[in-house]
Amino acid sequence: MYTQAMDTMPKELGEAPKTLRSAEELALQQRFDARIDAGDFIEAKDWMPDNYRKTLLRQISQHAHSEIVGMLPEGNWISRAPTLKRKAILLAKVQDEGGHGLYLYAAAETLGTSRDQMIDALHTGRAKYSSIFNYPTLSWADIGTIGWLVDGAAIMNQVPICRCSYAPYARAMIRICREESFHQRQGYDSLLVMMQQGTDAQRAMVQDAVNRWWWPCLMMFGPPDDQSPNSAQGMRWGIKRVSNDTLRQKFVDATVDQARVLGVTLPDPDLTWNEARQHWDFGAIDWPEFFRVVAGDGPCNQDRLANRVQAWDDGAWVREAALAHAQKQATKQQAA
Amino acid sequence: MTNPDTRTEWPLWEVFVRSRAGLDHKHCGSLHAADAAMAIQMARDVYTRRQEGCSLWVVPSAQITASDPGDKDMYFDPAEDKVYRHPTFYKLPSEVDHM
Amino acid sequence: MTASIQLQQDTATQYLLRLGDTCLILGQRLGEWCGHGPVLEEDIALTNMALDLIGQARALLSHAGAGQGLDEDQLAFLRDERDYRNPTLVELPRGDFAFTVQRNLMAATLLKLLWQRLQTSTDAELAAIAGKAVKEARYHQQHAADWVVRLGDGTAESARRSQAALAQLWRYVPELFEADAVDDAAAASGLGPRWADVQADWQAEVGAVLAEAGLQPPVGSAFRSTGKRGVHTEHMGHLLATMQHLQRAYPGGVW
Repeated sequence: MYTQAMDTMPKELGEAPKTLRSAEELALQQRFDARIDAGDFIEAKDWMPDNYRKTLLRQISQHAHSEIVGMLPEGNWISRAPTLKRKAILLAKVQDEGGHGLYLYAAAETLGTSRDQMIDALHTGRAKYSSIFNYPTLSWADIGTIGWLVDGAAIMNQVPICRCSYAPYARAMIRICREESFHQRQGYDSLLVMMQQGTDAQRAMVQDAVNRWWWPCLMMFGPPDDQSPNSAQGMRWGIKRVSNDTLRQKFVDATVDQARVLGVTLPDPDLTWNEARQHWDFGAIDWPEFFRVVAGDGPCNQDRLANRVQAWDDGAWVREAALAHAQKQATKQQAA
Repeated sequence: MTNPDTRTEWPLWEVFVRSRAGLDHKHCGSLHAADAAMAIQMARDVYTRRQEGCSLWVVPSAQITASDPGDKDMYFDPAEDKVYRHPTFYKLPSEVDHM
Repeated sequence: MTASIQLQQDTATQYLLRLGDTCLILGQRLGEWCGHGPVLEEDIALTNMALDLIGQARALLSHAGAGQGLDEDQLAFLRDERDYRNPTLVELPRGDFAFTVQRNLMAATLLKLLWQRLQTSTDAELAAIAGKAVKEARYHQQHAADWVVRLGDGTAESARRSQAALAQLWRYVPELFEADAVDDAAAASGLGPRWADVQADWQAEVGAVLAEAGLQPPVGSAFRSTGKRGVHTEHMGHLLATMQHLQRAYPGGVW
């Protein structure tokens, strides 16, 4: 799942430091830049600029948080899945997302922060997650729509990151991308069945879901390029490979055809084919809404976080017990 | 209430999977577990969901000793570049060239 | 509103439904943990088990309905509450983690022992289902047993919760091994073992884990739950209302 980390983090993290540095550090920086330019990978124990480390930690951990929080809107419909096949598919999908979160936490931990510290940052609001998960899943069609649009957008964001300069992140992304295409296909299939073989009520359900999810999905690609001050540094470091607007346009172009096959209308009266550009023009995005939701004022922010905090707090005695037991066993073995 | 209390954080384990007999175990990531049995079970659930492995190894991360090619770059490349550090690059008068 | 299906209640169908509904209802309860587990890795493990159980339910319900022209979804989503044949044990709310792992231990041990014997069922399809399911049940039992021991012999709090869970669950165990005409017919035809036939092994295996965990089962009571006969607890109505909702609300729906 994509995170807007690059575009919503403090500007100073994305800049080169202004303080004086030693000649040795500058030499290391030059060597680092040369490696990046040559397309080499940076591994966990390699020297790296402090801002590079901090930026990556923020991006990877927030990407991980997004996967975990993303389990909640979809998990909401597991108990109500309409067939056993769809229930199994949804369970597998949500399980995958948990696994993706785990791969990403593991990658972030190579940068020197523990998972518990990252979780604490999430629970206290210091760390963010993709704002798309702050919207509610109100019908079964939302589940298919999330697969089609949200996972579709995430795939577009994630494929370039498979070539990220930081190797543990790139490796995690390759694993994730391999599993992700199943998610999008299953979501689309679920909608196609309802639109082509279902009842009028089901078709109305699908159209309603698309109406609510379309614009938030376009926002997943982050603010326009000219309002994304950190993108340039991200590109310089080989963390960000393609610009927000480029990815967003690519997504719209791919999705318009898919929507036509489905037989749904995308809720944008300004959506028109531009023959000169050879792309679809689309309407204005409500950026104030995006920033409001990112800042914590969306429909589900409080519920999502409360859920995660509750699960964590409720599980404290379990985690403590497991450790206590392991310690008892270790003591017994030593005594033996 | 959330408190990154290190007393309750489960230790980190590295996971190695051998997907087919005849191949080597490959490092595929890490996870947190309270003990070895749990680590194996979790590794199975997380890293072999799509039948990706026939053999699993888990090792506490703290037990792994690594060589550091990264350090080599940092400590040795600069030395190679800074020729004044390398003894053979100093031409000494022959009467003292036995150092 | 989609109306309930009617089905024939011959003993072979009931025998299959008991198995299938045990998997279905337990799978439903385990799925509720998704996103709420005590740690991410356990979230994945519990979801994995739910997936296995739903898979087993699909195979069993398909098989049970085939002779009557009913598919797995009609059976799963459109029966009246009285036609579900799971033992009461599996429909109880998921409780805390101690409750869940203990119930998992009890259910997985039962299923494993049944699947082992069902591999030689005279019903070839049931035998095939058992061949695959027994491996999954073994893993579920191992996972549950490890956790029961960790929590029973962990901290004071986990021990307290474990003992409380055991006290709650133990009342629902006798039903598992009650003999009746359905089981007698299955044993006679070679369809499968009486559930009572695995009681001794079940007591031994579960007893060993509880002992290692330092847990003491309460004194038995005369209470007998009746889920296998279709008479459930107050919890079942809510579970089914949730699970069946979409199928009921969209007559003719295709998913």
